[in-house]
Amino acid sequence: MIRYVSGRLAQSLLVMFLVAAVAFSLFGFVGDPIRQMITEDASQAEIERLREVMGLNDPVTVQFWRYISGAVHGDFGVSYFHKRPVGALIAERLPATFELAGLSVLLSILIGIPLGVYTGLHRFGRGARALMALSLVGISIPTFLIGIMLIYLFSVILGWLPSFGRGETVTVLGGFWRTGFLTTSGLQSLILPSITLALFQTTMIMRLVRAEMLDVMRTDYIKFARARGLGTQAINFRHALKNTLMPVVTVIGLQLGNVIAFAIITESVFQWPGMGRLFLQAIQQVDIPVMSAYLIMIAFFFVVINLITDLAYYAIDPRLRSNALKGTAHA
Amino acid sequence: MKFTKQLAASAFAILSVCALAGQATAQEKVLRWSSQAAIANLDPHGTTGALPLSILGNVYEPLVGRDKDMQLEPVLAESWEVVNPTTWRFKLRDGVTFHNGNSFNADDVIFSMQRVGNKYSFLRDRVSMIKEMNKIDDLTIEFVTNVPYPILPQMWTSIYMMDKEWSEENNATVPSNSVENIESYAGQQSNGTGPFRVVERVPETRTVFEPYAGYWGKVEHNLDRVVYLPITQDGTRVAALLSGEIDMMFPVPLQDIARLQDNADTEVLIQPELRTIMLGMDQRRDDALQTEPEGNPFKDKRVRQAIYQAIDIDGIQQKIMNGLSEPAATLISPLLFAPAGKMQRYPYDPDASRKLLAEAGYPDGFKTALVCPNNRYVNDERICQAVTSMLARVGIDVDLRTMNVSQYWKVVGRPVQEFAMYMMGWTPGGLDSYSVLFNLMGTWDEASGRGRINNGDFSNARIDEIIAAVESETDQAKRDALIEEAYQIVHDEVYYLPLHQQAVVWGVRKGVEVVQRPDDDFEFKTARITR
Repeated sequence: MIRYVSGRLAQSLLVMFLVAAVAFSLFGFVGDPIRQMITEDASQAEIERLREVMGLNDPVTVQFWRYISGAVHGDFGVSYFHKRPVGALIAERLPATFELAGLSVLLSILIGIPLGVYTGLHRFGRGARALMALSLVGISIPTFLIGIMLIYLFSVILGWLPSFGRGETVTVLGGFWRTGFLTTSGLQSLILPSITLALFQTTMIMRLVRAEMLDVMRTDYIKFARARGLGTQAINFRHALKNTLMPVVTVIGLQLGNVIAFAIITESVFQWPGMGRLFLQAIQQVDIPVMSAYLIMIAFFFVVINLITDLAYYAIDPRLRSNALKGTAHA
Repeated sequence: MKFTKQLAASAFAILSVCALAGQATAQEKVLRWSSQAAIANLDPHGTTGALPLSILGNVYEPLVGRDKDMQLEPVLAESWEVVNPTTWRFKLRDGVTFHNGNSFNADDVIFSMQRVGNKYSFLRDRVSMIKEMNKIDDLTIEFVTNVPYPILPQMWTSIYMMDKEWSEENNATVPSNSVENIESYAGQQSNGTGPFRVVERVPETRTVFEPYAGYWGKVEHNLDRVVYLPITQDGTRVAALLSGEIDMMFPVPLQDIARLQDNADTEVLIQPELRTIMLGMDQRRDDALQTEPEGNPFKDKRVRQAIYQAIDIDGIQQKIMNGLSEPAATLISPLLFAPAGKMQRYPYDPDASRKLLAEAGYPDGFKTALVCPNNRYVNDERICQAVTSMLARVGIDVDLRTMNVSQYWKVVGRPVQEFAMYMMGWTPGGLDSYSVLFNLMGTWDEASGRGRINNGDFSNARIDEIIAAVESETDQAKRDALIEEAYQIVHDEVYYLPLHQQAVVWGVRKGVEVVQRPDDDFEFKTARITR
């Protein structure tokens, strides 16, 4: 088990290094950071001096090496635009993104799975058909449009919910974590963006669970369970649902990574002060240290999430557990 | 049981807080406003962005500022005079205090100027003309420049004064600088002389200002607090104004103007902006890039004029800018240089254009390319598309290349200059007509920096003579006459194709009064809440 995990971690480090290398080599095409830092009427000599000081005249490989050796020591450099250490910038925005992403994944699981079970069990029912039709809408309308529609309906027309920002936030955990969960306006502000972000995931989980349920309900062991006279509840949830969960967990895991990485759009529509907006801004400002750090971090998330997903299989599927035990015993 | 009690207690607490908050907003006059970008840091010398500098202008003040008609006005300097062509004497205002109570004097000015001139400062070009500074007494200071520098006050309208003692105590004598890994105390805290002080700041989310009771000047506002909430997305910003979450915002995207005007609770303020949008052409290479047949058609004045007359500027104004642009005949707004108002555009005339092309030896036109930014100026990409199709009508086949602004600068700026034609917008530094002359019209000269934005690299000996003459001309009328002559040459020779000044558009809730300025500065001290 330990060997398995450490092997995966070593792989992950390689993946992250490659992501950083690819990202860094692309940055040469994004534009010139100097132009974003100074006024349009700055002199050529000043521009050249800055290029020299910032090491932008060095070959990309040298710049990359400098960056990676800093990153290994936890130093991701200083943002060209914010003029503050990148680590601190990301740490400030991490809570906002995590709260939003966490809540929307939770929403999509809590809503998606029951709806999936329902539509799977009553596949010809009127309610299930309506839900399936609606889910098509959810899966095909782009996130930003949903966000804007929600804003116009609930903020502009009805005036119920705030259209942007996180509302009042308070710091917890020794001032490190700034949360919106403890104030009324903070909670209100979470509603629209988390729904926007959750909608796609919800519909996807629902459709996936439905398809799996349809498959499982046709299998022999369900028929036997029925024949033995087990209760409907027990069959549907204990036996059927549990066996549909493997692919669902994989997808939820991957989606969590996506939700964090693609919160960019939702964050930018709702002016959510999270990492996605930081990244978007970094692209516009050619803020190379921020872009690199963000990409490395996202790669890290995906790697960790994949690892956790793999581990979750063990918890759900007893067959894997015994195999794994055998495996470690042999090794 | 205990839990229910706690719940009840906290519910009560929340209710009473809400009630209090309700009362507070009823009495307090809070102005919430929004624009595109967050203030990255509060250091008045650590940024060059127009928006952060203008927001910080409510907290910090310059020696000399500009009033709402863009005329110079005394701020922390009461008066200034030219003692001799290289010496300026500034008399400072008496009785000015910083937010921490320290009084403002000549030492603070010398300190601030040195801080701006620090090698880590991005604004240091603005003070590089100073050779020495002499404190005459506590409220008088003399600046000696290397060469005569007639537009010294104009260059300093966003050079803000800091408190020497406060900066030294807090180890903030060096401006924030990303390159050197310097995070100044002044980037997080502030201490200016302005009518407002920063009381709270959540990066990227909000900055809260309160009036400074000890402000020296007259204020017209009736505000208790100002909250700045950056909102990047145009649609979200419009929605926030419509829903009443904010009281004022800019810029209003052109397509939303009608919607804000139609809404009973909001209105729109419109003014021409100072920036001039123009097209430039490569006039240096013998064989222009991306252009066929061989040779450089842009070296021929007839071709340049043909392109000029092929552009239907009124069409662009009506179809693309929703009427919100002021067609320009030269490279500077008449608001900044009055003689610019007298100049006339060459008329739109495709027939004349075709005739000129034929005379120049291009009866069937030619192929060329146009480089345009797509996220820099209002509708930049659409304007270029329109120009492309207008030029096609006279036989010029344009390959349009649009890109985001950071890439665009790399392509268009020195030393790359990879274009045949390019679009550019320009607001003169110091808002002075000479800056346009020196930067955009002079022949490129690396030593002095003359012509550094003359990316098309044309060269006119008379213009260079005028630049030299204006540099040491302290008589305002003569100076203006010389500058006007240079602008006229640029017009006659069609070195540039000026397009228009775009509009400044602000959206305001009813019951909020603000004074709109053509430079997009929002002065809190002129705002009133009357609802």
